Amino acid sequence: MRFLCCPLRLALLVTLTLVARPGRAAPGEHDLVRYPTLTAKPVPINLAGYSGEVAQVLRFDLEVAGFRIVSDREAQYLLTGGGGGEVRGHLVDAISKATKFNQVFTGGTLRAQAHALSDAVVLAVTGVPGIATTKIAFKVTRGQASEVYYADYDGHGARALTRDQSVVAAPVWAPQRRLMLYTTYAFGNPDVVSHDLDSGARKFVARYAGSNISPAISPDGRRVAFLSSKTGNLDLYVANLDGSGLRQLTRTREDESSPAWSPDGRWICFAARFDGRRALAKISPEGGAVQRIPLTLAPNPTEPDWSPDGRWIAFTSQSGKYFNICLIPAEGGEARLLTEGEDPCWAANSRTLIYTRRTSSGRNLSLLDVPTKQHKDVPQSLGACSQPSWAR
Amino acid sequence: MKRAILLSSVVALLAVAMSSTGCKRPPKGVTPIAAGAPTTVPGTTERRDARDATPGPTPGPGVPVPPDTTAQGRPEPVPVPVPVPPADGFAQPDMAVFENMLMDTNAFQGDTVYFDFDSSVVKKSEFDKANRVGDHLKEKPLTALLVDGHCDERGTEEYNRALGERRALSLREYLILYGIGPERIRTRSWGEDRPVSLDHNEEAWSKNRRGEFILLLPLPPKN
Repeated sequence: MRFLCCPLRLALLVTLTLVARPGRAAPGEHDLVRYPTLTAKPVPINLAGYSGEVAQVLRFDLEVAGFRIVSDREAQYLLTGGGGGEVRGHLVDAISKATKFNQVFTGGTLRAQAHALSDAVVLAVTGVPGIATTKIAFKVTRGQASEVYYADYDGHGARALTRDQSVVAAPVWAPQRRLMLYTTYAFGNPDVVSHDLDSGARKFVARYAGSNISPAISPDGRRVAFLSSKTGNLDLYVANLDGSGLRQLTRTREDESSPAWSPDGRWICFAARFDGRRALAKISPEGGAVQRIPLTLAPNPTEPDWSPDGRWIAFTSQSGKYFNICLIPAEGGEARLLTEGEDPCWAANSRTLIYTRRTSSGRNLSLLDVPTKQHKDVPQSLGACSQPSWAR
Repeated sequence: MKRAILLSSVVALLAVAMSSTGCKRPPKGVTPIAAGAPTTVPGTTERRDARDATPGPTPGPGVPVPPDTTAQGRPEPVPVPVPVPPADGFAQPDMAVFENMLMDTNAFQGDTVYFDFDSSVVKKSEFDKANRVGDHLKEKPLTALLVDGHCDERGTEEYNRALGERRALSLREYLILYGIGPERIRTRSWGEDRPVSLDHNEEAWSKNRRGEFILLLPLPPKN
């Protein structure tokens, strides 16, 4: 863990761990063979002894994690406990009657305790750390103005990061830091800025004449890929996180959009155009040739996002007025349609996606469990929400 | 492909523009661009016709000097060299150039240019509007231009932000080929964030797929 070297970052990380997320799994810790196929049946679980907010949180978290809440007769797992001043949980395998864990969760709010219990259930059943205590950032549009917000992954406790009454776009978290990059129009031009969540300090990362858009931070947190039209064409660039060391990667008159890094930092995937047709492509952040990612069965791909385990690329496919979330193996292949929606972003577990869904009343965020295809809307009352980014 | 279309249309357009503006009487205090004379050329900021003996206006440093048309006995017009966009594009100037300019959003309110679905090609039907903007800039050499690109909602957000930028860049390139210095024009894409119509039908979408021109004025000098 490179970030642990620096005491300041350690402090940040501790803060993050407490308020935002559990410890990140080390490489190799993820169980890569547990989900060899993209489909899985929901795991039937029974909850007993919970009420009110705790029951609500458990139900939401577990359904997002691929569980189905059922009666005790149908259940594969039984979770019993309660939530007085502290949330208790006793997880039993209904078939073998073996106790998986029996734990009390203390400290923080009841809500935080319930999330921690959900994560314990997910870890005990799947072997993969849960995501119930993670944070998301997103764009909230009200009328002509939009702001960056961040919240718990279920939309709870949303806070405005910006209050510019201007337009923002594409917020993205720096890995393991309380820092975000996004495009803001607050200074008269679409500029990429970095924004420290604690100090509130904002710095320009890219403020060139023309549009500077769609920032994507490298997995090591040191570099940013983005699009700029400073040369008179819109091309892909990479720079250090402070904007120094700018390097132009593509030189085309065609469009590129939505860069996303591979988890090993060796590739930047983006939406491109070949012979007039939209396609996904990748390029090394050191430069070199643009490589097309072979892809069938999904027209007009945009908004790729590489899974943290390196295996998949989720993206939006558009046909007519319909937007679909699709998936391909990272090396390319036949696309599989997951659900209607757009702009997918992976959670750290490489299993859950957060995405934008167009509804009759505007746009809303939704969570999708890829193997079971269970999805749930993120409840919120802020306005039209889009462009989610997961802290991971 | 796009370049080919744009170039051929610009050639045609330049011919039309020149034949029509060549005989107009210049308004008082305004120095129109010479018919048949190249104005700014990419890579250079200014160029004056050496055949001109009559002194023109004396603009400040860094301002393109439009060629003077008041000279008598002009030689036969030479074929107009049409600037070809360099492979790397017409670079946008440093943001600092525009930092203290005032935005006039009313100047070109009637000159909003509309685009086809998922296209950044400037259509023939829109040439007149872009030309009016170009003519105005030629008449007011101290001004600059901000081109805003917009999209309808039928696309993903960041794809649309890129598409809006390509629309703005197409208009910028059109105006550069029309004779406006690249250092006077910057672009900005709003994607689908600033629709003029909020309905979800073709009528609304066609109004939202647009390029808008904002005149940038230098601040009055401080006393």
